Amino acid sequence: MEHIELFFKSIFIDNMVFATFLGMCSYLAVSKKVSTAVGLGAAVIFVLAITVPLNWLLDQYILQPGALSWMGPEYADYDLSFLSFIMFIATIATMVQLVEIVVEKFSPSLYNSLGIFLPLIAVNCAILGGSLFMQSREIATLGLATTYGIGSGIGWFLAILAIAAIREKIRYSNVPPALRGLGITFIITGLMAIGFMSFGGMLTGGEEESTNPQEEVQQLQNEEENNEFGDNTTN
Amino acid sequence: MGLLSKKDAALIKDPLADNNPITIQVLGICSALAITAELEASIVMSISVLFVLGVGNVVISLMRNIIPSKIRIIVQLIVVATLVIIVDLVLKAFAYELSKTLSVFVGLIITNCIIMGRFEAFALGNGPWRSFLDGIGNALGYAVILIIVGFFRELLGSGTLLGIPVLGDPIEKTGLYAFGYENNGFMLLSPMALIVVGIIIWVQRTRNKTLIED
Repeated sequence: MEHIELFFKSIFIDNMVFATFLGMCSYLAVSKKVSTAVGLGAAVIFVLAITVPLNWLLDQYILQPGALSWMGPEYADYDLSFLSFIMFIATIATMVQLVEIVVEKFSPSLYNSLGIFLPLIAVNCAILGGSLFMQSREIATLGLATTYGIGSGIGWFLAILAIAAIREKIRYSNVPPALRGLGITFIITGLMAIGFMSFGGMLTGGEEESTNPQEEVQQLQNEEENNEFGDNTTN
Repeated sequence: MGLLSKKDAALIKDPLADNNPITIQVLGICSALAITAELEASIVMSISVLFVLGVGNVVISLMRNIIPSKIRIIVQLIVVATLVIIVDLVLKAFAYELSKTLSVFVGLIITNCIIMGRFEAFALGNGPWRSFLDGIGNALGYAVILIIVGFFRELLGSGTLLGIPVLGDPIEKTGLYAFGYENNGFMLLSPMALIVVGIIIWVQRTRNKTLIED
């Protein structure tokens, strides 16, 4: 149940593109045609599904305060969390390179469709963002981390697929000249993000229900306060 | 600007308008949008990027002849990551509240495409001084957009600038609020950042027709 909840939450509510604006650069640059968008989207799912659990292991057994205690009691006081950026990005860059080599060796057809996108992905904010959110949201188990990785990958895939389809259609519309291309894409993405905000109530229904009306008001106020930051990344 | 030759000055001036990293080169959008609900966060983010891009460009430019081209992405990422860790630790030490607001977006400077883009396009092929100017110029171009977006979102969304109320008090009904003006809370929601940037692009391209895409 926990897995299904996290899965849908990471696809719709915390959608990488629409809720936190991660991976916007490649989202805008590679969304001119549906076929290339599908290729990049698939590569993102693939890499997120590998790097998030891997970085979870790193975080759990090396980086967190006290994580080194498995090496012996004298290491229990070490706190290496300041190294997490460099560890995460090094893992991601290495994994992307490794995945590229393995895919090229064993499945040339997959390499031909995914291959050109893999180097792009090392610098895609969605990948590093996945790992950093995994860390800041304190995801509890390896299984959940994998689910989170796959879910947010699928969310990103859906977003780029949708915008690519819209951009293919909008070429036949009469957009004001100065808005053509980039401008209108920004505005459409904004409107889509407003649409995705309506998924926000999808999972909170059962869990956060309170019996006391006063508490409910309190909760609403809290939510408003949270919304002031523009997104729900502050926890 | 007696210090700078005409060519060097162009390195700083171009990214501010006609070659702006966000609206023209389409780099570094992610962080530009997520943290601009408040002006203060926008300014701090701009300064962080200015530091990382300026210093990073110089470091990469100095190392450009010894980096093997096959592993240059990893080398670049390590350089950026080191600089970002410095920024992150400084923010945590001197502006803890703000670093909570920026949350993971400080870390995401690492994958900010402006930085990798400038390393690849400029620092790998030019000397340290020119690379430094290029870094500063592009970071300023990024900062201009961030500050414009942050300014409008905070002003229209909560009626404050840098946390100081400028339009009067919404509860006591003073200033503009006395005439029935209301804050537009919608501006604080993240989708509005996209729409504001879209409008900036619209204005910019209306003024300069050569930038229009077909």
